[in-house]
Amino acid sequence: MPVKSANKTKMPERAPDVRNKDFLEVNQGYTLRHAQFEADRCLRCQEPKCVDECPVTIPIPQFIYAIAKGDLAESARIMRQANPLPAICGRVCPQESQCEMTCHMVKKFQSVAIGHLERFIADWERTQPPPPVPQRKMHKEKVAVIGAGPAGLVCAGELGRMGYPVTIFEGLHAPGGVLRYGIPEFRLPKAILDWEIGMMKNLGVEIVTNVIVGRTITLDDVMDKLGFSAVFIGTGAGLPTFLRIPGENLMGVYSANEFLTRINLMRAYQFPESDTPLKVGKRVATIGAGNTAMDSARSAKRMGAEESLIVYRRSDKEMTARVEEYHHALEEGIQFNWLTAPIEVVGNDQGWVSGLKLQRMKLGEPDASGRARPVPIEGSEFIFPADNVVLAIGTSPNPILIKTTKGLEANKHGCLIADEKTGQTSRKHVYAGGDAVTGAATVILAAGAGKRAAEAIHQDLSGGK
Amino acid sequence: MPYKIVEKRILTPVTKMFRIEAPLVAAAAKPGQFVIVRVREGGERIPLTIADFDRSSGHLIIVVQEVGATTRRLGAHEVGQEILDIVGPLGNPTIVPPGGHVVGVGGGFGAAALLCLMKELTARGDNTTIINGARNKDLLILVDDLRKACKNLELCTDDGSVGFKGFVTERLKQMVAGGPPGKPTHVIAIGPMVMMRAVAEATREAKIPTQVSMDPLMIDGTGMCGGCRVSIGGVVKFACVDGPCFDAHTVNFDEAVRRGKMYVQEQDVAAKKLAAAAGGV
Repeated sequence: MPVKSANKTKMPERAPDVRNKDFLEVNQGYTLRHAQFEADRCLRCQEPKCVDECPVTIPIPQFIYAIAKGDLAESARIMRQANPLPAICGRVCPQESQCEMTCHMVKKFQSVAIGHLERFIADWERTQPPPPVPQRKMHKEKVAVIGAGPAGLVCAGELGRMGYPVTIFEGLHAPGGVLRYGIPEFRLPKAILDWEIGMMKNLGVEIVTNVIVGRTITLDDVMDKLGFSAVFIGTGAGLPTFLRIPGENLMGVYSANEFLTRINLMRAYQFPESDTPLKVGKRVATIGAGNTAMDSARSAKRMGAEESLIVYRRSDKEMTARVEEYHHALEEGIQFNWLTAPIEVVGNDQGWVSGLKLQRMKLGEPDASGRARPVPIEGSEFIFPADNVVLAIGTSPNPILIKTTKGLEANKHGCLIADEKTGQTSRKHVYAGGDAVTGAATVILAAGAGKRAAEAIHQDLSGGK
Repeated sequence: MPYKIVEKRILTPVTKMFRIEAPLVAAAAKPGQFVIVRVREGGERIPLTIADFDRSSGHLIIVVQEVGATTRRLGAHEVGQEILDIVGPLGNPTIVPPGGHVVGVGGGFGAAALLCLMKELTARGDNTTIINGARNKDLLILVDDLRKACKNLELCTDDGSVGFKGFVTERLKQMVAGGPPGKPTHVIAIGPMVMMRAVAEATREAKIPTQVSMDPLMIDGTGMCGGCRVSIGGVVKFACVDGPCFDAHTVNFDEAVRRGKMYVQEQDVAAKKLAAAAGGV
């Protein structure tokens, strides 16, 4: 089949100098014409390498071929069978290091825009009446899911589809986990999250908010008193890492979690219509260069910062953010300061941040992560003025549940120990997956873990019948 | 889950006590813990110390002082209404070694938070004293309830309209010096930051173990945001998961006072907006 175009069909986007002043979605989505043109670029490989890289093994060539044929209902059906969160994954997955990395096209041209097509078909599905709830044998064993983030939602959705009564216990006042408090509206509109959660509810999944398992009720209560036969733990990695450098408690220093939660979950950008404020000054320095750092820096700009800057101790090559987020950030005027490490937050006499003391770095030998280790350059310290500092340097699992539950084992990083294939923890009938097990990773890896655990729970409770 | 108000008491014009149906919270609550409350869609999450709880009826009791828009909105709730969100109990229970003379110092609405704690300590046989202070007689709250919760209730007013004339800390100093009802073996202070700092100073020299209940700004209350950071003995702690009670002699109060005022301007904006909406401006 001749290749129609060497390059991906470009995603329509809002203009950078317009979009960096509001929280509306940046990407506008393919039209049917875009999608069918792009779908025709797929080579329909006999042995598709893209599927191997997908944590939820979406039959990628099949769903794309259905788009090419114009059978959108069939494409949506194929998609939903494999991935219960397609509208979300189509927006936030790092496709360039998964399916699109191994796309056959990459050898000579740009890969097929698998992510954009996933988003297209999921968005089309959203315009249709909800699919009928599948006929299934109902089971009597109840399953509890702890945490309504991506891992928990997918696990609950899968079990719901298999006919299990499922209840999700969520600690915050609204479900979604990091999809709600972490990922900004301009990347993942809440309306889409709400719609995906609505799909779970259609399958009979019940969501109880304001319940922190480990505080409000114990895991033992869930099983013994409330009568749940199995539990899936998807409590994520919500604990922010601080740098432990002087000045971190100055006013105007935020963890990215706090910064983004105030904006996303609490809607600080609508203050005073909403009640939660957020102080954003003229010059905001975000430390880190992952997706959370990009989200923070881009949000700072939208909250009115004149200058929003990324400070990173390594170089652009070691940056962990998705390529698209980096490009969008550049377009929106985010400034990047590579090979600079913070050694102190400096403040004024009122206790507010006035800047960062930074040190220049150079790259040395690869470290444990395989990336070049940043090495300080002696005598290169300088003061970098800033009104706010946002720390986006990683998160780790929340210890509340582990601390309050007997027999639940974690490793030295606080990650739950669980079987890689099944999610089985050190406790009988208790499973876990997502960031709570792996440490901070991606939505799709969490979704994959939730899906595998749902199957394992099914095997556990009914021998797979 | 509805959190229905079954009783409301107006303690002062700006201090309201609510008895709320919250069976899961009531079943798990222990003295010293707190809840996070949200009162409307788009509303902020605010921490409130658990004043008391009743496991048999599934009721949670909180006391709120109207300071900003959210506490005013909450204070305006009436019996039969529901509170949008309540989550908890959060934080660690207060732990006091048994068998001593425990003095609880409560300033303003902070006195409410001593209720369930002192009740529990009294019931297990400790000698218990509550020092309850306010500017004047009319602003003293929960006098009868607190009297029942401890062995000795000491009232203090700035103007001397009832009880000891002066600050709670002056009365505490008398006890530290051995005055009746006796030298404390343990002190717990809950109230405004300035009062808690003064309590810490009053017991520092005599090295009386003293705990203060910190209530910094926070969002989730589970360790996620880190907004509630406090410096304890030079080490950064999260009030929500490491506290809320800390050794008073190691707390960096200067920093805590500063951080507590981070959003005063915004608090003012929101309060004015609420007043304007109510036709008050």
